[in-house]
Amino acid sequence: MSQAKEVLSNPVFKNNPIGLQILGVCSALAVTSNLNTAMVMTMAVIAVTAFSNLFVSIIRNQIPSSVRIICQMTIIASLVIVVDQILKAFAYDVSKQLSVFVGLIITNCIVMGRAEAFAMKNPPGISFMDGIGNGLGYGVVLIFVGFLRELFGAGKLFGYEVLPLVNDGGWYLANGMMLLPPSAFFIIGMFIWLVRSFDKSQVEAPEFELAKNTKKEAV
Amino acid sequence: MSANNDSIGKTITVTVLLCVVCSVIVSAAAVLLKPMQVANKDQDRKSNILKAAGIADANKSVDELFAQITTKYVDLETGKFTTEVPAKYDAKKAAKDPVLGKALTKDADIASIKYQAKVMPVYMVETDGKLEKVILPVHGYGLWSTLYGFLALEGDLNTVVGFGFYSHAETPGLGGEVDNPNWKALWPGKVVYPEGSMEPALGLVKGAVDAANPNAKHQVDGLAGATLTANGVTNLVQFWMGSNGYAPFLANLKAGGA
Repeated sequence: MSQAKEVLSNPVFKNNPIGLQILGVCSALAVTSNLNTAMVMTMAVIAVTAFSNLFVSIIRNQIPSSVRIICQMTIIASLVIVVDQILKAFAYDVSKQLSVFVGLIITNCIVMGRAEAFAMKNPPGISFMDGIGNGLGYGVVLIFVGFLRELFGAGKLFGYEVLPLVNDGGWYLANGMMLLPPSAFFIIGMFIWLVRSFDKSQVEAPEFELAKNTKKEAV
Repeated sequence: MSANNDSIGKTITVTVLLCVVCSVIVSAAAVLLKPMQVANKDQDRKSNILKAAGIADANKSVDELFAQITTKYVDLETGKFTTEVPAKYDAKKAAKDPVLGKALTKDADIASIKYQAKVMPVYMVETDGKLEKVILPVHGYGLWSTLYGFLALEGDLNTVVGFGFYSHAETPGLGGEVDNPNWKALWPGKVVYPEGSMEPALGLVKGAVDAANPNAKHQVDGLAGATLTANGVTNLVQFWMGSNGYAPFLANLKAGGA
């Protein structure tokens, strides 16, 4: 596999930023109550990670190492503001639902983590791809969670009714908890479990092992 | 990264240049996209007003429909129309302004909004000089958030045409059910004031409304599992329809002298 392909596809399942690196979970809880916002958030994060990686990588040889984090933050923050402004101009309804969470992409560890870990050491082209890959990895989880939450919480997908609700004369009793942020914890947990049961290499070694029971009567 | 990147001169040059470039990009985006954002906000507000009045129509443009609505400003204290409003008047901002707004006393403030603008916009639908509908902006505190909405009244200034919130952050599935179209459909036809009185009687009850109750026309079904949001809705309706809200204005309008 070529390097470009690898950095693009690896983060999606093999080295998923949420699933394996456990980064960016906060926003994954907040914006996944329906698929629409999850999709838009995914695109916003892909754009920000890709371009922040690109720009950081372009000037990586000029950045003084003592202020490198601040320089990365400046670039990331500017990109996030631009994305937020564009959303407000072209997708007003969705930007109203996402509210502060677009702005909070700035603090999304995925963006910062990739800029520091990858873009500072690699040329622009490949860094850009890495950004898209990691944004996609984040997006896969977001869409997976958003799909389940909207389907079981509101009986809808993309706002279209799939399971007719009892409230509207149908048969499906909506699970209100699915619309609340904590449900995303369970779903992300199940996602991690699912991925790790297919790819055993992601399972971490236990930090300590219990001593064997030596008392006979207990056995 | 070569070592000379860390010299003081280089550090300052790089950071200053980076900041200049970034600020140019950010301000360019903000300035270029501003007109579209303002238009979006305006459209959003207008479509919410239309929805409350029950004259929203997906086949027609918002501006076209909004042409039948006239915006007027009301001085809440006197209950009369006023033209003394600053350009681009924003009631939300005016509420906290020392001149344009006032702080509410604890007893008066049943909707828990703390500050109130002295002048509020109202939206009127008129055909051939006859008042058909009047749409009043209302807001108040629910469980987690302030609910902002519009209450639309019939030309008799007493019967509800429509009611809806355009901004709130109540619990989805419980208090968030204020957005449920089935619940909103309960409002049209309800009556705000009992006969011969300007004390609002309209409010939510626990559970479903008993149609045999003589007060049923002043009652709307409560929201299951959302007592506090429901109380908030009742309070904000009572507040805005009461003497600190639009009651003086509606009384004047009824008498023909607003």
